[in-house]
Amino acid sequence: MGEDAPSFLQITNVSKRFNTFEALRGVNLSIQKGEIFSLLGGSGCGKTTLLRILAGFEAPTTGGVVLDGQDLAGIAPWDRPIHMMFQSYALFPHMTVEQNVGYGLKHENKSEAERKDRVRAMLELVQLTPFVGRKPHQISGGQRQRVALARALAREPKLLLLDEPLGALDKKLREQTQFELMNIQARTGITFIVVTHDQEEAMTLSDRIAVMDKGEIKQVGTPTEIYEFPKSKFIASFIGSITTFPARVLSPGQDETTVEAEAFGGNITARSIEGLRKGQELTLALRPEKIVIAKTKPKTANVFAGEVKDLAYFGKDSLYRIQLASGQLLAVHAVNSQRAGEAERAANWGEKVWIGFEPPSAILLTE
Amino acid sequence: MRQALSNWFNGKGWVKLMIGIPFVWLTLFFLLPFFIVVAMSFATNTTTQPPFSFGGEHPLLNFIGYQRLFGDGLYLRAFLTSISNASGATLFCLLLGYPMALALTRVSKGWRNILLMLVILPFWTSFLLRVYAWMGLMGKSSWFNKMITSWWNALVPVDWAVNFMPMMYSNFAVVLVMTYTYLPFMILPLYANLERLDPSLDEAAMDLGTKPFGVFRDITLPQSIPGIIAGGLLVFIPAAGEMVIPTLVGDAANPMIGRVINDEFAQARDWPMAATVAVALLVLMVGPMMIYSHYQAVAEGEDKP
Repeated sequence: MGEDAPSFLQITNVSKRFNTFEALRGVNLSIQKGEIFSLLGGSGCGKTTLLRILAGFEAPTTGGVVLDGQDLAGIAPWDRPIHMMFQSYALFPHMTVEQNVGYGLKHENKSEAERKDRVRAMLELVQLTPFVGRKPHQISGGQRQRVALARALAREPKLLLLDEPLGALDKKLREQTQFELMNIQARTGITFIVVTHDQEEAMTLSDRIAVMDKGEIKQVGTPTEIYEFPKSKFIASFIGSITTFPARVLSPGQDETTVEAEAFGGNITARSIEGLRKGQELTLALRPEKIVIAKTKPKTANVFAGEVKDLAYFGKDSLYRIQLASGQLLAVHAVNSQRAGEAERAANWGEKVWIGFEPPSAILLTE
Repeated sequence: MRQALSNWFNGKGWVKLMIGIPFVWLTLFFLLPFFIVVAMSFATNTTTQPPFSFGGEHPLLNFIGYQRLFGDGLYLRAFLTSISNASGATLFCLLLGYPMALALTRVSKGWRNILLMLVILPFWTSFLLRVYAWMGLMGKSSWFNKMITSWWNALVPVDWAVNFMPMMYSNFAVVLVMTYTYLPFMILPLYANLERLDPSLDEAAMDLGTKPFGVFRDITLPQSIPGIIAGGLLVFIPAAGEMVIPTLVGDAANPMIGRVINDEFAQARDWPMAATVAVALLVLMVGPMMIYSHYQAVAEGEDKP
């Protein structure tokens, strides 16, 4: 990707230092036109700094940004074809919804009628037409979010930056707004860069995700790649829940590798990764939902005995903590696909059970 | 006993006392004197002690004072002088104070406290002393006057050259000293207003293509109008009634209304006339005060989500 054809947005070796604090270290990213790209990470990981560099509010200490063939170095925020939807929306409190949406159009060489049409089209896009005359404090949080979106889209930016776009909304509204955002992105074709600390938001919204930590990009990939094929222990435990165990390679193979894990008191067959050698220490990681739990011995490649230590019943599914022979705990997630009473369910407190998983479910991590 | 006391503190009695104290205070020291002044404005001037009496058939329907107020050019001119001097001081306070208040919001926290301290610091010395200091500066032979004179002489044609700048005993002096004196009253409410503005709004405006001056014009200025009005009236209202500054540095032939009240009361010993002028000044100030409280209410209403 981006090797032969230059990508739409190219971030090359960007670092940012505030006094002694290194907010970003050598960030490289290629983003394609029309993508929804998420920068995901905890607070202080540098994602907001990167967003502010793109918007032009901060200058990188080293490195550069090229958008659609244009080097952005030295270009002021007001001259960039990049608009931002601010975290708290930053709507102008003394202007109506209509004036807010039309504010950026003042600087465009357009007639009054054209501007009015554009504002009307934007308000229709976000379904706010009945609220044109209201001030920001007279509308709800969800409506404010949509005004902010319409305002940022009105000037047809090449790139739209969204800073925690769903952060200020309650859970119900988030899901609905998330689909609206994806829908609007698809209709306008504008490239979105979303900054978020919420992994679910990043997973459902994005075409690709960059996971950041301490100013560095740890992994870039599609939501599936990030979740199913994490490159490191950090990524594996940052996205979703996972249980990790130390392990040692017994026999590296082309497709499958056998490792020895003390926690299980036995050998485990896992999907191979490149560059393994015999005797290498590594991490074995298992996602709770990739493990089956049963009272009769399952026919999976890896089978171990355990005892139910803990059980959390959520209704549609349950989370079990299984104590292995070594005494260590393994999280197992099971969908309650059968309608069953408390006595009849797959496993109960203190019961001896079998757990099993196939080689592809066992993730080997060397980082 | 303790139980009763505790009940009283937790109950309505305490609340009544808390409201009652300022209520009694205002009644005794504001409302009552105010009615005495209003009543006195309808009295007749006498040579007795005290120098007024309520004579005639209708003791409270004596309009001599009010007839003189509108009939004698002196009073109307004094009102106009007051309004124009107070407006001038308000304008200059705004022009000087706005950039200062804005700067206060943009500097680091450490600097902000030091600068705020400097704004308030003049209050630590006597107000009279500071007016006397200005009198010294404006006097014919001061270094300040000589400096201004040399600048003037260097800039204008030779025919206009002067030996010194006639600064003292003029409306110029009054406006200058009032601007100096009341500047903190402009800076502080403006600062309180500007400090509350969300800096991400400025960034949002820049992001949408607006250059920094446009950001000030479109975003900062409109949102600071309540602060401008609050600061403006905090300067204008006391400046319009100012007595000490016009007495010390003002033009005696063209006095401000505060000085007229003082002269009527102390020199002419015409208490009813002094009261009449005072009532007129109060009526004149009611308008601005109502504007002030209206905007205050609007500003508070807008804060609510």
